[in-house]
This record gives sequence, structure tokens and C-alpha cells, in this order.
Amino acid sequence: MALQILLQLIVTGLAWGSVYALIALGFVLIFKATDIFNFAQPELMMLGAYLSFTLITALKLPFLPAFLVTLVLMTVISSLLEMMVIRPLVGEPVLAVIMVTLGLANVIRGMTGLIWGYEELQFPKPFSAQPIMLFGAAINQAEIFTILATALLLVVFFIFFKYSRAGLSMRATAEDTSTAFLMGINVKRVFTASWAIASVVATIAGVLLATFTYLEPIMGHAGLKALPALILGGMDSVVGAILGGLIIGVAENLAGFYLEQYLGGGINEITAYVIVLIVMMVRPYGLFGTKEIERV
Amino acid sequence: MLRINNLEVVYNDIILVLRGISLEAPEAAIIAFLGSNGAGKSTTLRAISGLLPYEDGEITKGTIEYRGEAVHTFDPQRIVGLGITQVPEGRRVFAELTVEENIRVGAHTRRDGKEEFRRDYDRVLAYFPALSRRLRVQAGFVSGGEQQMLAIARAFMARPSLMMLDEPSLGLAPLLVTEIFDIIRKINAEERVSVLLVEQNALMALAIAEYGYIMENGKIVLDGPSHKLMENEDVKEFYLGMKSDKERKSFAEVKHYKRRKRWLS
Ligand SMILES: Nc1ncnc2c1ncn2[C@@H]1O[C@H](COP(=O)(O)OP(=O)(O)OP(=O)(O)O)[C@@H](O)[C@H]1O
Ligand SMILES: [Mg+2]
Repeated sequence: MALQILLQLIVTGLAWGSVYALIALGFVLIFKATDIFNFAQPELMMLGAYLSFTLITALKLPFLPAFLVTLVLMTVISSLLEMMVIRPLVGEPVLAVIMVTLGLANVIRGMTGLIWGYEELQFPKPFSAQPIMLFGAAINQAEIFTILATALLLVVFFIFFKYSRAGLSMRATAEDTSTAFLMGINVKRVFTASWAIASVVATIAGVLLATFTYLEPIMGHAGLKALPALILGGMDSVVGAILGGLIIGVAENLAGFYLEQYLGGGINEITAYVIVLIVMMVRPYGLFGTKEIERV
Repeated sequence: MLRINNLEVVYNDIILVLRGISLEAPEAAIIAFLGSNGAGKSTTLRAISGLLPYEDGEITKGTIEYRGEAVHTFDPQRIVGLGITQVPEGRRVFAELTVEENIRVGAHTRRDGKEEFRRDYDRVLAYFPALSRRLRVQAGFVSGGEQQMLAIARAFMARPSLMMLDEPSLGLAPLLVTEIFDIIRKINAEERVSVLLVEQNALMALAIAEYGYIMENGKIVLDGPSHKLMENEDVKEFYLGMKSDKERKSFAEVKHYKRRKRWLS
């Protein structure tokens, strides 16, 4: 019985961790390419979830087409945001850019509340609510799906960044913009693409999260866990963001169950920050953060 | 093929860095572009590559023509597409990318298919056999000499007709510099690529170049065929270090040279 509970906890933790990981991944993608920290990333996630909710409930689209249409819409929205709001800020002080992305986050959150209301909304479940049995443990299908979908997405990402011309040019730009120009890389397009891809990742995270929770305008607060995931993994490491997210998802879930009786409720809320504090003391640049390669 | 006319460049709207320079690089030639620290050599290359707008620099006067076309308003992609590539100062390899990926990214603008790419990839490794043993290593971890070779290989992959190299000898052991200069000469001869070679190592540069320009404080102060420059007393003194015990003055202050205007239009 104890093992079954552990298995359940780990699966739920991995599902939440996948969502944190994807939000953190969105942060890293934009940060690496453009040096901008996009505080609106969790709100993009939320917007994606709400948009596909509307497509499913109001337009009566089936889950998958609705999801794909949402991805297209979010790509367009975030590309426009990058070109019209963010790009004019290139060269402005870092603080100004931070304020703008924070403002963007608030605008998106406010508009979501205005349009969809502040009530919790039930996302139409694409999976049966019937749990599946795994080694005697009852596991939520949506959680399994979230984990598998995240894994698949990461494989696609890996292949894209490792082997495609566009992926390679994005990595080159992320490392050294002015040399990227010398390669003939269209750097502006890379900046836009990084926002577009980050919004795709965010939308996937949002829809997945909605399948095992519900919609509300503050669901972006899951992003508050993505931040420690990011710091844990190292701000500029894609692998770090993913592992950081998974570690925090699992750890807070385990702590919430096993430590609650000793430390009281709410322990799961602070687990992420406790872990980060401990890691920071040992490795201030995160588990996978920049090991600035020394030039020989 | 490349012709710069009376180019003036200003940084941050006030700092005048190039004060009307003119320079020409003919087809399939090696041109040495010499001058001391801060003379404006890298700025000239940045202007040609179209990078100035991104460095808060601006061309305020003059033109850059490439094969008869005015190109000084083009963006960097377009310049690379025309066949002008640059090996930047300090090599600037993508340290987190592998050696192989660095070579691939050099071919970013090309759309002539896998086979052509493969052919040039093999060719570039034939020029730099040292790289073929390091293909899967992150470029940040290979030696300085290998990084310089990689930076040249990367620029080669764009299939340039003009390759601009910014101080390729910087920080390298003399033997390695000789090796790299030999390869530059070979690439120039075999691929008919023009080379604009920025150097502080004047002796090495003039040894492989047909023609040289010497720049001081944003101006070309002397130019001529390499052998003539090497015989020039001032060049000997200030750039070839042949009278190094003498007190060093700025080249521009030396009054008695006569500036040759042969290459100016
Ligand atoms: N982005 C910039 N903004 C302002 N001034 C600049 C900028 N880049 C270069 N300068 C100034 O322009 C002058 C010429 O610099 P440049 O790098 O072109 O010289 P260089 O001949 O390449 O020198 P070196 O041999 O040291 O590489 C220098 O005085 C430099 O301080
Ligand atoms: Mg320079």
C-alpha cells in the first residue's frame, strides 16, 4: 500500500513538474535568445488554456483540432507581441523591459478575468476520469498523458535544436548575437521565433495543466513554481529548466504528503523555495547553470 | 570587386572613428590592412558587413561598392548572401556548439542543396585536417589555434568571394600563424577567394598580400604593393619593428612620407 501511494505521489508530482518544466523552458528559450526575462510567460500559458477552452466549449471543436488552432493563435499573438511591444524596447534599460513584461502579464491576466470571469471553469476533459491501474495504484489518466506529452515535446525540441537549420541558428543567436549576424542569420526572425516557440510551449503546459485541474485567471501562479525550477536548473540551461521543474514537482508532492503531519499544511507550497535555498548555497549558478566555458 | 570610397563612420552620434577612408580589394587578391590599436580596422570590417547599426555606429559619408553595387545600406544577411564573409576579431566561435555545428552554421544562408554543402564540408576539412578530429567537441574546448581554424572554416562555408579576416594571428604561436597564413594563401589561390587581411603582424601579412593599406587614427596613411611597403623606412620602423630601439612615435606624425593615391578613384 505504501508503495502504491508513493507511486501515485510521484506520478502526480511528475505531472505538475512537467508543467513547471514547460513554463521554465519558455522562460529559458526567450531569455537565451533575446536576454529578456519574460514575466508574462505564465500568463501566456493561461491564455492558451482559456483559448482552447473557448474553442472547445463555444465553437464545439473536438479537443485535438481546438488544441492545434490554439497553438496557431498563440503563435500569432506572441509573434505580434514580440514585434510590436518588445522589439521597440531593444537597447532600453533592463528594468524598463522587465516592467513591460510584468505589465503585459497583468494586462493578460486582467483581460482574461474580464472576458472569462473570475470563477473556476471546468476544462472539458479529453480523457476519461476513470483512473488506470498501475502496479495496484490508481493513476489519473490526465497526469499520465501530461507526462508523456511533455516527454514527446522535449524529444521534438531536442531534434529541432540539434539538427534543423533553424534550430541551429537559434542556438547560435542565443550564444552570440553579433556573430550570428555575420553568419547571415536573420536575428530579428530568431527573436520572434523564440517568442512563438515559447508561447507554443506555454500553451501546451496550460492545456495539460487544465486537463487535471481547472481554469482560473490566477492559474498562472503555477509560474511561481517555475521560477524556483529555473533557478534550480540554472537560468540559461534548457536541460536544467526541465529537470528543475520535475524535481520541484515531485519533491513538493512528496513533502506535502509525508511531512505535512510534522510540519503542518502548506509545506508543499514552500518546498520549492527550500530546495532552491539549499542548492543555491552549494551551487550559486544552479545545478546546470552557466559553466562559462573557459577559452583555451 | 570591393571598393570603399571616402568612408566616414561615427559611433554614438559623436565619436568619429573613420575619417574618410578609401580602399579597394580586387578579385582573387590578398590585401593586407594594417594599423595599430584603435586605428579603425575592425570598424571598417563592421561597416562592410553591415553590423554598424547594431553597434550604435553609422556611416555618415562615403560608399561601399561591391561588384559595382552600393551595399553600405544592406543588412548583414544580405551582405553574407552576396558572398562577403568575415572572420571576426577574437575568432568568436560558438563555444557551446560543437565544431561540426559551427561549420554547419557557417552555411546558414546557402540554399544550394545537401550535395554542394557536403562537397564544401569535405573541402574545408581537407584544408583544416586538425578540425576533423575534433568535430564532436564543443568549440569552447578546442585550442586557440583550432578555434581560429574553425572561425575561418565557418566563414568558408558561406562560399564567399570575399573573405575578411580580423587579426587571425592574435594570440597564436608563430608556428601556428605560419600554418594558418599558408592555408589562407591556399584558399585564396585554389578557390579564387579575395582576402582582406587585417593584421597587426605586418610582416606576416605583407608576406602573403599583393597590396597593403596602412591605417592610423581613422585614415589610410599609406598604401602600396607589399614589397614596396616592406622596403619603406617608416613601415620598417613602425610596423616591422626593425628599429625597435628608437623612440616610438605615431606613424601619422612622421612627415616625410608621400601618400600614394594610386588606388583612390
Ligand atoms: N561600439 C563602439 N562605440 C564607440 N566607440 C567604438 C566602438 N567600437 C570601437 N570604437 C572606437 O573606435 C576606434 C576604432 O576601433 P576599432 O576596433 O575599429 O580599431 P582597430 O583598428 O580594429 O583596433 P585593434 O587593432 O585594437 O583591433 C577605437 O578608438 C574604439 O575605441
Ligand atoms: Mg580590431
